Amino acid sequence: MKIYEKAKVTKALELSKGIFELRIKTDIAKEAKPGQFVMVYPKDKSTILPRPISICEAEGDLLRLVYRVAGKGTKEFSLYKENDEVTVMGPIGNGFPIEKAVGKKAVLIGGGIGVPPILQLSKEIKAKEVTTVLGYRNNDLFLKDDFDKYSKTVIATEDGSVGTKGNVLTAIKEQGIECDVIFACGPMPMLRAIKQYAKEKNIEAYISLEERMACGVGACLGCVCKTVNKDEHSHVNNARVCTEGPVFLASEVDI
Amino acid sequence: MNTKVSIAGVEFKNPVTVASGTFGSGMEYSEFVDLSKLGAVTTKGVALTPWTGNNTIRVCEVYGGMLNAIGLQNPGIEVFCERDIPFLKKYDTKIIVNVCGKTVEEYVGVVERLSSEPVDMLEINVSCPNVKEGAIAFGQDAKALENITREIKKVAKQPVIMKLSPNVTRIADMAKAAEAAGADAISLINTITGMKIDINRRTFVLANKTGGMSGPAIKPVAVRMVYECANAVIIPIIGMGGISNAEDALEFIMAGATMVSVGAANFVNPYTTLEVIDGIKDYMQRNNVNDIKELIGCVK
Repeated sequence: MKIYEKAKVTKALELSKGIFELRIKTDIAKEAKPGQFVMVYPKDKSTILPRPISICEAEGDLLRLVYRVAGKGTKEFSLYKENDEVTVMGPIGNGFPIEKAVGKKAVLIGGGIGVPPILQLSKEIKAKEVTTVLGYRNNDLFLKDDFDKYSKTVIATEDGSVGTKGNVLTAIKEQGIECDVIFACGPMPMLRAIKQYAKEKNIEAYISLEERMACGVGACLGCVCKTVNKDEHSHVNNARVCTEGPVFLASEVDI
Repeated sequence: MNTKVSIAGVEFKNPVTVASGTFGSGMEYSEFVDLSKLGAVTTKGVALTPWTGNNTIRVCEVYGGMLNAIGLQNPGIEVFCERDIPFLKKYDTKIIVNVCGKTVEEYVGVVERLSSEPVDMLEINVSCPNVKEGAIAFGQDAKALENITREIKKVAKQPVIMKLSPNVTRIADMAKAAEAAGADAISLINTITGMKIDINRRTFVLANKTGGMSGPAIKPVAVRMVYECANAVIIPIIGMGGISNAEDALEFIMAGATMVSVGAANFVNPYTTLEVIDGIKDYMQRNNVNDIKELIGCVK
């Protein structure tokens, strides 16, 4: 069941340049699974639509959201202080199918602002072996220390300042990381490359997609993604990222 | 205190429904809203065959509103009849089915298929392009509107609401055309065609280039159009366009709407419909209004 409620901010800070963290007290946290997200509603009603933000961590009744300021809505959120109220809805979406990792070698991949949702996944996943590969632009490795607590972490940076110079796949190839299953979140070019890599290596890959959304409950059909098979809602090969997704088996989506 | 209204012999427990396309077939919002509390559920547009809809980006925000160009993605009338109607029948509410098509024949096909189904009213979306007539929308040409209304009325077994497009020079002329052709009611406004440009990418935000604008920013336009139509026709009006709360809904009712629809505001707060219903009752109580009908069109 989704919850729509006013929640209290317990902590708000700038994690690194342009990347903010909001911790809120809400029962959504009790229900949340890795890879799910919440809708956060701006108070400024010139920005009417809620903003989809991934769940970075969920512990008890506390939800940790880490997001990049991208426009008016997220700018407003970045100004919130402890004890402020914020309206949220969630948890939304299917989340990562962590059961698919049981007994397997898993690689978790996060790129850019796709890094935060991988954290809760790295905490909950139960696999034979887990390696997390994180891709950043430069040496601003937000959340890296948190990841070190849960799994072996490999870094790729675009400018080569830390770890492998290049992207997450460069790092995987360079370090000879082998796996049976991939879970990934990040920018579309990264996800396309992972889909291709997984196909070549015959690896199961679960990728978390992003799309512009309005309702967040599956009603408006704004956030669709082309699928290989007929989708369950409209039967037209257009699945809803907010409802059937955001996590899809890479081979089942046309991206 | 009476909040019941009736349109073409169909009685609604209160004057609040939802704008087509913002509420699915009710299923998605039933987690939040007891659908039995609504006057009616107006469904997402349904066509004769499944429609894929437009490419993404399909939605974007604008100041005080949003644009959408979904392209009427829908599973077609067969899935709708098998899945959505039985779902809605579990609730004590009225069912208004929104119908779309690319040709008169397609609309007529959907209406005929629905004739044996337990739905209460049909709402015809005439903002779809008429592919046989240079793709101008049926609702943007009074003759085409009159023609399609007449053809639908010949086969419809339920009362017919024609949903008017605001993208016309004189909306009252469209209301008159629908009435002359036998429409039982009209609903307005559909979205206002708009555009947003991404100045960084130097291109349109929406894949479809244009999209329909909805949200609080369009409300004054919608209220004015409802008022104009109320003064032009006798048939009842379902008013919509930017309704976010009871005060907004009451403006439409006073301008002449018998019922109102909540649209984009469902995205802002899934409980908006219920808050509007309660707010209307509060207003009536505070102002000693015994019957909602006293308010309909009270502003002359």
